[in-house]
Amino acid sequence: MCRLIALTSEEPLSPMIALRALDVMREGHDGSGVGLLLRDLAGPFENMKDAPILSGIFSEKGLKRLDRFMMDVGFMTKYRMSFKSPKTPPPGVPRRDVYLVRAYEYPEEWENLSNGELYSRLLILRLELQRMGEEKGDMIVFSFWPDTIMIKEIGEPLDLAEHLNINRMDLGARVIMAQGRQNTNYEINLYACHPFFIQGFSTMTNGENTAFIPIKEYMMSRGFQGYTGYQSDSEVFTHILHYTISQLGLSIEAYKHVITPLQDEDLKNHPDYQFLKQLKHSCRKLITDGPNCVIGCLPDHSLFMAQDRKKLRPGVVGGREGLFCFSSEICGLDAAIPDRDKNKDFQPMHLDTAIVGPDRKEVTICCQTQQLPHLH
Amino acid sequence: MLSNTAITPSTLSVKDLPWQILWNKDKCTLCGKCTAICPVNAIELGVFRKRIVQTSLEPGATQSSDHSIFYGIRQKTDPAYSCVGCAMCSLVCPNDAIIPARSDEADKLRFHINKGGRPRTRGGRRNVPGSLLDQIKFIRISMLTDPALDAGRHEFELRTLLGRVLSPEENLKFVEKNGWIPPVREIYPLIIGGMSFGALSPTMWEGLQMGVAYLNEELGMPVRISTGEGGCPPRLLRSRFLKYVILQIASGYFGWDEIIHSIPEMKVDPCAIEIKYGQGAKPGDGGLLMWHKVNSLIAAIRGVPSGISLPSPPTHQTQYSIEESVAKMIQSMYMAWGFRVPVYPKISGTSTSLSVLNNLTRNPYAAGLTIDGEDGGTGAAYNVSMNHMGHPVASNIRDCYLNLVKVGMQNEIPLFAGGGVGKTGNLAANAAALIMLGASGVQVGKYIMEAAAGCLGSESDRCNICNIGLCPKGITSQDPRLYRRLDPEQVAQRIVDVFISFDIELKKIVAPLGRSTSLPIGMSDALGINDRAAADRLSIKYVV
Repeated sequence: MCRLIALTSEEPLSPMIALRALDVMREGHDGSGVGLLLRDLAGPFENMKDAPILSGIFSEKGLKRLDRFMMDVGFMTKYRMSFKSPKTPPPGVPRRDVYLVRAYEYPEEWENLSNGELYSRLLILRLELQRMGEEKGDMIVFSFWPDTIMIKEIGEPLDLAEHLNINRMDLGARVIMAQGRQNTNYEINLYACHPFFIQGFSTMTNGENTAFIPIKEYMMSRGFQGYTGYQSDSEVFTHILHYTISQLGLSIEAYKHVITPLQDEDLKNHPDYQFLKQLKHSCRKLITDGPNCVIGCLPDHSLFMAQDRKKLRPGVVGGREGLFCFSSEICGLDAAIPDRDKNKDFQPMHLDTAIVGPDRKEVTICCQTQQLPHLH
Repeated sequence: MLSNTAITPSTLSVKDLPWQILWNKDKCTLCGKCTAICPVNAIELGVFRKRIVQTSLEPGATQSSDHSIFYGIRQKTDPAYSCVGCAMCSLVCPNDAIIPARSDEADKLRFHINKGGRPRTRGGRRNVPGSLLDQIKFIRISMLTDPALDAGRHEFELRTLLGRVLSPEENLKFVEKNGWIPPVREIYPLIIGGMSFGALSPTMWEGLQMGVAYLNEELGMPVRISTGEGGCPPRLLRSRFLKYVILQIASGYFGWDEIIHSIPEMKVDPCAIEIKYGQGAKPGDGGLLMWHKVNSLIAAIRGVPSGISLPSPPTHQTQYSIEESVAKMIQSMYMAWGFRVPVYPKISGTSTSLSVLNNLTRNPYAAGLTIDGEDGGTGAAYNVSMNHMGHPVASNIRDCYLNLVKVGMQNEIPLFAGGGVGKTGNLAANAAALIMLGASGVQVGKYIMEAAAGCLGSESDRCNICNIGLCPKGITSQDPRLYRRLDPEQVAQRIVDVFISFDIELKKIVAPLGRSTSLPIGMSDALGINDRAAADRLSIKYVV
């Protein structure tokens, strides 16, 4: 089982806060790996919000191939963050040449592209880099997106943090998502490690999605290039989120209606019955059958947590104005934000989606039986 | 028969028949019940002459050789009267004095049931025991990473959709623009497949309808039943129970005059319209109701004269191309009910099913596709059609589902599988396997006849006389003396038993797989089989 923690803060935070909170919850995970997503970045990336940042792990050869490739496409390195790690990694951590976090300048001819076209090209580039890496085994690419850093590695989270010097001053973010465990019920593969990311949407999941295969087959048949990978059954949650909001044009409140629709009796009493019935029918292929606790992040930096219908996984949200935390366990929340009003902690149940918007003012609870916000 | 009598090529002895009647003289009371009940008159009162030799050990005593007579049961050897193994004689015998036994070798009768050049016709099913579906196991058991669910206590929503389901993009667009969204029914994934009023007796039909109504109205299980091709009784057409009924139209259009004329008087819409293009038991053959069963009631409902055989053509005579005329037929049926009722075709399993399916994907009205495999049943067909024609359902359904996956339309045209589901009694396991291979639901006929009415038929050619109206259980007979044996109330009760127990078993399968909130359609990672070739063919795991 894995443990999850996500933080959203007005003031930039060090990812160490999240990793220490993960460590507090270590009874619930096996310390076999860590996945870290940083968004709304501070430090040197503060002033380059639009520059796409490539995150990944490279061998020396892979790095050379990357440089040649990016030069050919016309990308220029704008800023690079180096991780100088000791030659000998801690036990259980593979030896790597380069952990790369590098911001790029767009090629000149990309400058007048629409956002849609730009996002689509960034996605295609990331997939191409992943494909190249898989071909020769010399690159692992996690994300290629503005204002976004992703670090994933096998090993004990705190050992890794020390190894990579995660505590460095220049690594700060206002949105942090972290997951402990090199999660997979399939083969060990860093692409199976949460959180997953696609075009500004990210999720991480605690639990096993038992409807994985039919959902994977459905997503792959949508004709959208980014719906690929699926080394983990949890990756479909990210892609369904992307599909719901980006492709279907629905809001985050509708996400839970897609992955765990209301049962017929509740549906009949819902003010949006007709709409939701249609949604349940046409999105039946996307019903995840849990048990899952999903924590995710939207392109506008909202954070949310949704539980599946069975509510068999732990999850809590709490904090104070300007700083909120979503955590698998209360002890993790306590470690991250000890000084908060604990009476306001909330554990989302089988109908709830808890959302903290980009303003970080409060936790909004959206119950599935409530009316949906009007579609635009 | 005397030893010097002339014999013909078709002269058979009891040994040459598929069934031998074992009769015990000591137990027999000569009550005559067995000869009275035998549907094919295979046995008759026999008068046996027996020599009795009486000898004495006393010297000088008279030695005598006498003849006496005793009465008993004689089995006929004329192929027209050969025992069908139904064992009704055993059922009625007060002393268990009689029972048919299967011959210890292949019978010789099979070479002679073509008198006058007429090949054998019969009812029933493919006479091949065993089922591939039984070999499929459910291997993805939820363990520590995702706890298995409690089949008895957890909440389940195991329903399926019948109707054309739009893609999410199209659906939302049509919702927004108030466009036409095809009708979709939320139904129970086990459908009672098409068995016509005519093929089945009135008592059987009434029992089925009562059972289905009870399941819907008292137990909240949205079970649906197809009429088969034979129309629908006028009162049912005008009742509120019609919503539980799938009206079938087939190439003979029997009963459709009555149906069309009653549309203005219908209180509710039927569940769906099934256009039958083929049937698994006799693919490429039309329906057939033999004259034995066409009495005045059947004739009236079907709109034909009584006492004549009713063969449906092998294909719809108005159909010359799937692109045009099938599409038109689907649209016409939609139009008849104001585009409120799903219309879908039913075909027999065939290696050409993919082309049918591909065409349906381009027809925005097709509400689904039912594929009836080679193990489907029938009221009447040529023996050769039943035994040798057709396609197994598992690979057909799997191919079709994977094809839909390829074009991104899985579950948008729901696939329903029929033919041999529950063939060996494992109804829920077979149904779940087909659902995980990609079916949205299954249709059953024979299982229902066996479980709800005590049909005696088997894959080893037992009984199988559904075609000539002599069903000893009164299930497929139109003779009141026979169908009075079947109490509709008890059939209804059994239908309810079957569905409730199926539901429990289905939950016992899906709960350990961690599934509860949606039917696990296409969950092929849960399936395994210990046959490598079958595993490869079905794209499921090979396990040993």
